Amino acid sequence: MHNTAISLIELGAVFFGLGILGRLAWKIGVSPIPLYLLGGLAFGAGGLVPLEGIEPFTELSGEIGVVLLLLLLGLEYSAAELVTGLRRSWLAGVLDIVLNAAPGAAVAFLLGWGPVGALAMAGVTYISSSGIIAKVLGDLGRLGNRETPVVLSILVFEDLAMALYLPILTAVLAGTTLLGGLTAVGVSLIVITVVLVVALKFGRYVSMVVDSPEPEVFLLRLLGAALLVAGLASQLQVSAAVGSFLLGIAISGSTAENATKLLEPLRDLFAAVFFVVFGLNTDPRSIPPVLGYAIALAVITTITKLATGWFAAQRQGIARMGRARAGAALVARGEFSIVIAGLAVAAGAVDGQLAALATAYVLLMAILGPVAARVVEPAARAMQRLATRGSAPASP
Amino acid sequence: MVNVEVTPLPGIGTRQDFVSRSGRRIGVVTYRDGHFDLIVSKHDDPDSCVASIPLTTDESGALANLLGGPQLVAKLQEQNRDVPGVDTRQLPLAQDSPYDGRTLGDTALRTRTAVSVVAVVRAGTVHPSPRPDFTLGGGDLLITVGTSEGLAQAADVLDNG
Repeated sequence: MHNTAISLIELGAVFFGLGILGRLAWKIGVSPIPLYLLGGLAFGAGGLVPLEGIEPFTELSGEIGVVLLLLLLGLEYSAAELVTGLRRSWLAGVLDIVLNAAPGAAVAFLLGWGPVGALAMAGVTYISSSGIIAKVLGDLGRLGNRETPVVLSILVFEDLAMALYLPILTAVLAGTTLLGGLTAVGVSLIVITVVLVVALKFGRYVSMVVDSPEPEVFLLRLLGAALLVAGLASQLQVSAAVGSFLLGIAISGSTAENATKLLEPLRDLFAAVFFVVFGLNTDPRSIPPVLGYAIALAVITTITKLATGWFAAQRQGIARMGRARAGAALVARGEFSIVIAGLAVAAGAVDGQLAALATAYVLLMAILGPVAARVVEPAARAMQRLATRGSAPASP
Repeated sequence: MVNVEVTPLPGIGTRQDFVSRSGRRIGVVTYRDGHFDLIVSKHDDPDSCVASIPLTTDESGALANLLGGPQLVAKLQEQNRDVPGVDTRQLPLAQDSPYDGRTLGDTALRTRTAVSVVAVVRAGTVHPSPRPDFTLGGGDLLITVGTSEGLAQAADVLDNG
């Protein structure tokens, strides 16, 4: 069939192009996410070369991408790690929410997007990209550093906050009243507690349902379970993302580790499609009007994440340079900001410009994050030199 | 006693390290998939690492050899202190040694130098009291006991045959 041939060629060209972009991104030391978004922008409506005929595939693949992104986020930390993380870093975690959600919400109100838009934008600016951060820390050889557990425990806390936030966002996007919103909060708190208890006490059984020594069977069961749970959650108006996320938390131990290894390449593939689709659905012409806001948000939320990391590291008795490193490491935003914006835009309950603002913001932050993590040490040293110059001769 | 601190790294693995007397933090980061990094902290900033070196199982075994050998020697020296004239040394078997791949009996160390091989350390494992049919390999550490002249001779035998 002629149409199939064209679609295959288009799809092949898209994947191949993404492969080149991804290689380029890691080579210059930034995350490939912004480049995927740019790729999507270039090919979508109003872009350079509109692509047609592959939407049926890309739309569903993008959805699967979100399910897999959240499933692996859930798999990343065991229930025990989540509970310890909550106990140890709740104060820094709360500060993280207050400092980093507020700028997004404020800009949304400023642009007249109302409380629903504010809730979505608060999530976009709050959530750090655990994917980018883990990769950057590994690349820079900082996993042995003393501040690294501090950074990781903040990410764990954000993980838990997402479990609470996503159901609320979904409920609010579906247009529920204040009472409905509160019910959603109550229900999601109960569900998370139940899932955590189940994962802690009976994690083996959940793992047993999907586990298999055959990689093929294991993969099919995992993917099947994830899509089933996601679909059912979606039917119950809880959002597919939340369902797969909670499934990820419930799967534990060695099953979780094997699942992560098996699903990572699939996640990378479908997530790339998701970012492209998000870019495709965003009209590039809608970005310039909100670019100023995006830059302002980028500057402010870089400072607020720096402050969060500084505060958290200071509480653990880490010296100034380590505090600065912890703050800079947390700056990167990426996949989950786009997931949140995607949920909001798909529900149609927010201003269409939110997608443009989120795209521009993530473009900036996904590039700025790794760069900040790299330049923080020389920058901090230069500032120290400036501060000591004049008052005392520089120490050898 | 060295106090080894174990710190969980959520999503990555664990960090085990201790602070040396010279003020440096030394340890390993063990990843969930089993491989690990050797870490050494910076002198002027103990929070951060001057190096984070990925090691394979073989390489970590070799490193454990290098560090474990002297400890064994120190213990034996302690035990032999009361016996005058007896010395303990660790003799490495080079990769290009003529005895690489041959047995301990082939070296005829006891006959030629009156030196006893009390243990062979290989890949971090101690093989105590090796028999004459024990096959040596390049990179092994031979823990030897004898007089100081005998030990010097033995080192020469192992290197040059």
